[in-house]
Amino acid sequence: MRQVISGNEAASLAVKLARVQVISAYPITPQTTIAEKLSEICGSGELAARFVRVESEHSAMSTLIGAASTGVRTFTATSAQGLALMHEPLFWASGARLPIVMVDVNRAMAAPWTIWCDQTDSVAQRDTGWLQFYCWSNQEIIDTVICAFKIAEKLLVPCMVCYDGFFISHTYEPVEIPEQKDVDEFLPPRNAEYKLDTENPHTFSGGTLPNYFMEFRYKLQRAFERAPEVIARVYGEYVQCFDRTYDSVESYAADDADAVLVASGSAASTVWHTVKALRDQGRKVGLLRIRQLRPFPAAELAAKIHPPQRIGVLDRNLSPGTGGVFTQEVRAALHRDGHTGRIHEFIAGLGGRDITMNNIIDIYDRLEQKTANASAINWVGLNP
Amino acid sequence: MTELTFFGRGGQGAVVASEILGEAYFRDGYFVQSFPSFGVERRGAPVTAFLRIDKEFIYLRSMIYQADWGLVLAADIMQAPTFRPAVKDGARVVVNSSSPPVALPGLQVAYLDATAIAFKHKLGSQAAPLVNTALLGAFARVNGAPGLDSVLAAVEQKVPHNTTQNLEAVRDAYDSVKNLE
Repeated sequence: MRQVISGNEAASLAVKLARVQVISAYPITPQTTIAEKLSEICGSGELAARFVRVESEHSAMSTLIGAASTGVRTFTATSAQGLALMHEPLFWASGARLPIVMVDVNRAMAAPWTIWCDQTDSVAQRDTGWLQFYCWSNQEIIDTVICAFKIAEKLLVPCMVCYDGFFISHTYEPVEIPEQKDVDEFLPPRNAEYKLDTENPHTFSGGTLPNYFMEFRYKLQRAFERAPEVIARVYGEYVQCFDRTYDSVESYAADDADAVLVASGSAASTVWHTVKALRDQGRKVGLLRIRQLRPFPAAELAAKIHPPQRIGVLDRNLSPGTGGVFTQEVRAALHRDGHTGRIHEFIAGLGGRDITMNNIIDIYDRLEQKTANASAINWVGLNP
Repeated sequence: MTELTFFGRGGQGAVVASEILGEAYFRDGYFVQSFPSFGVERRGAPVTAFLRIDKEFIYLRSMIYQADWGLVLAADIMQAPTFRPAVKDGARVVVNSSSPPVALPGLQVAYLDATAIAFKHKLGSQAAPLVNTALLGAFARVNGAPGLDSVLAAVEQKVPHNTTQNLEAVRDAYDSVKNLE
């Protein structure tokens, strides 16, 4: 069934379809309508889940750590300062190998105070041991949240599904909504091999001496190394059931392009639109859309870049003193692959500043005319 | 692709109007994309909402800076210096106005008294009438699309309170909208 719904409604519907059993969330703009919707459908009995109200995001994540340890399927959603407040239990969730799924509706980090979009909140959590997906449409949100549960439960790694505040979360567009019976078939109830059980008591994640701790980290890293294969397999099953699928790196007109822009989130969608318009004018430009930050799809990206293409990366986030986080990842991935070309870094759209078609055309102009700076940040749309 | 901008004040229902019209076009087989202008909303403050319509999926996700259509929920907004640059030359405008509005160069304007229609059907309060659904009926008439039936069905789906009165408001506006000579 196709319906016109918002990004946050898509996320909430996916949670309902996944038959999540425990939800704990604290409202924060622009995530709030997810917490509202889920509380409503738990209250009405439409979803047979326990909704645990808490006084902070730290408590929301801690609640889910407890709940997930008993073997149930769990979900939360947050944004910006709320995600930052979860920083400490995020490590616990991954270290304890709990397949919690969370939506982060991307919002810039204050100060100064802001409610608008950029990705600095979630990219700042890249080292916490969570898988991270970035969506560019409401359809992709509903599909990805459903798949996230299956991927997380197969790998025993928590998973964050991120999408841009307002530009996606509050935008209404047509979405194909999967049937419950099909989702039930695709995503059976969680079957936890290890869980808290009063009949068979165990302690999990207790004090660990140096003779074992490193092996826990090694195993977590191995799970991330297995992730690309597991993610591909889950999406492979998804396409069988629902006729839609996604790649970790998606190419649009990039194969024969002279100038390629790497982008993610809603900005990538506007890049797609711009590439189509510029191709109609005969310009050889292309887009590579990155869907994952963790694990970073290094090999998949390298395979889709063909020297001597001129490469730009569009980052809607900033690690002060370094630059855009996706740029750093792209540079590392391509260097590992033996690529020696320059990677041009473009920072745009911080704190909800609009990323327009003209901004993107300007980026392609600079890549094609070789006027982009290869050794410093190229700021896009900065006030003089 | 057609781009529409809704100009209103907080509380008039501009954002919901963009969602309802999107739903109506969707029912007529279009791809749609509606979104608010991401402000911190406050009763009485200027609010804009956007709607894109196309035969294909809409990838463009920036705001609308020069719309093909302006749907204006309060007539005084048309006099603000920010209004004219926000619609294209030759753009069409539907405005809620009890009397013929002052013409602006380069625009084709239609008007209706949506406030009177809202009062008649007791939509909103005396101080803050809800004029959004009437404006959609007027738009459907002057544009010839989406179909009146689709607008009515979309209102029925998206407006849970005073649904019958809102459907009447759409019909009244459809019948009473006039082109500015």
